[in-house]
Amino acid sequence: MELIVLLVVVGVIALFVIGIYNGLIGRRNRIDEALAQIQVQLKRRHDLIPNLVNAVKGYMGFEQKVLTDVTNARASAVTAGAQGVAAQAQAENMLTGTLRSLFAVVENYPDLKANQNVLSLQEELTTTENQISFSRQHYNASVLEYNNAIQVFPAVLLAGMFGFTKRDFFEAEPEAANVPTVDLSLS
Amino acid sequence: MQNRMTFSAQQAANRRNSVLLIVAVALLLGALGFTIGYGTTGYVEGAFGVTTIAIVIAMLLSVGSYFAGDKLVLAASGAKEVTQQSAPQLMNVVQEMALSANIPMPKVYIIDDTAPNAFATGRDPKHASVAITTGLLQKLDREELQGVIGHEMSHIRNFDIRFSLLVAVLVGSIALLADFFLRFTFWGGGRRGGGDRDKGGGGLAAVLFIVAIVLAVIAPFIARLVQLAVSRQREYLADASAVELTRNPRGLEQALAKISGDREVLEVANRATQHLYFTNPIKKFESRSSNMFSTHPNIVDRINRLRQLSGEPPLIASDVQALAGLD
Repeated sequence: MELIVLLVVVGVIALFVIGIYNGLIGRRNRIDEALAQIQVQLKRRHDLIPNLVNAVKGYMGFEQKVLTDVTNARASAVTAGAQGVAAQAQAENMLTGTLRSLFAVVENYPDLKANQNVLSLQEELTTTENQISFSRQHYNASVLEYNNAIQVFPAVLLAGMFGFTKRDFFEAEPEAANVPTVDLSLS
Repeated sequence: MQNRMTFSAQQAANRRNSVLLIVAVALLLGALGFTIGYGTTGYVEGAFGVTTIAIVIAMLLSVGSYFAGDKLVLAASGAKEVTQQSAPQLMNVVQEMALSANIPMPKVYIIDDTAPNAFATGRDPKHASVAITTGLLQKLDREELQGVIGHEMSHIRNFDIRFSLLVAVLVGSIALLADFFLRFTFWGGGRRGGGDRDKGGGGLAAVLFIVAIVLAVIAPFIARLVQLAVSRQREYLADASAVELTRNPRGLEQALAKISGDREVLEVANRATQHLYFTNPIKKFESRSSNMFSTHPNIVDRINRLRQLSGEPPLIASDVQALAGLD
């Protein structure tokens, strides 16, 4: 009799542990998937930038400094890709900033603004940037959910045991963080 | 996370209302079928027979529209599918909004019409289509286009597209049944069983016959009013969700202002498809008011609700006049 009770108790505990473990795995995979989505778009951005630089550098008198800034920022963003999410986010934000100043300069050159190739590259970079920011929201939401899940009791006991560690957020640039709060109560 | 909660609460309320509405319209259809059946045959069997036929027809139509309704609507509007090559910016904006809404990329169509408008259709986010007029593409800038696409993607994510297909069919079936009955009665074919009073319900049949006529006259009207009320509520919700997706209330607000100032009437839209569009396509600005009979809320009202979301004061009288484009 005691043996049966013991078996039932062990069985229930085992089921409980399996449930928590699988839940954590699911959440962690969702983070990896969201991060992979960001990486695809970052890669696309890195590939588009040399084309843009080539397209605009032929124009006489174009500010060379802006172009070298973009090229350097791109190079450091590419290397930062291997240094973890936090470093990568910082390097990518730098790149976003230099690209923004490049487009601001392009505005001063009517020839460039009329160039079909530059226009389509600009559109591609704009959409890539927007997609990065929307993917980042999903990634950060998944990280928040996962980090909360591994810190609550009793999952925290198992998380340490099975090596579930906290993940970093993909931080947005400071100014983009001021997202307006949306009240959806349709009163 | 706070936004997320409020949003899912809104979605849940939306789903609940959808179910309630479909049940209400189905009950109305059943009641209409029952009274017509009993009123004309005088038998309970007849009553159930007509009810069953009505419900079976409605179900068949619903299944049909569930699987083919979107293709029908797109074909009726003369929409043509576009690709990444033929409309890169439009496809990019749709891709961004699909990403933000976390739904698969829908099919994208263009309607060759200079009136700026858009609609979404389909049975679920996996089988969804968005259609945009050429006028919309020409008149709006990227930010505004994103607002409109965000609005349409919200309709997809909230399952408004399936709901509007099904409700259109249910409302249509009620109209069909009522119409059929009224014509049948008018041409003297009715009350065939009314004479067999000793066998059937007798007086009750006569009473129900009157009730059936009254119901047949008012039921399509009631069904339509309910459909319109819900349609308007969904437009507000889609506007609010669009802001959540784009994180940019200004784009949608400017798009609404630009479109409301536009006086062109969309030629391919009709009474059957008008509720699908971004703004009411068949009314001119003067009559695009928020009343019981319109599919869409007043644009000034929509803009004011958007401004409320971002904590801005509502439009003042001179802005409203400027929007109306009094010329």
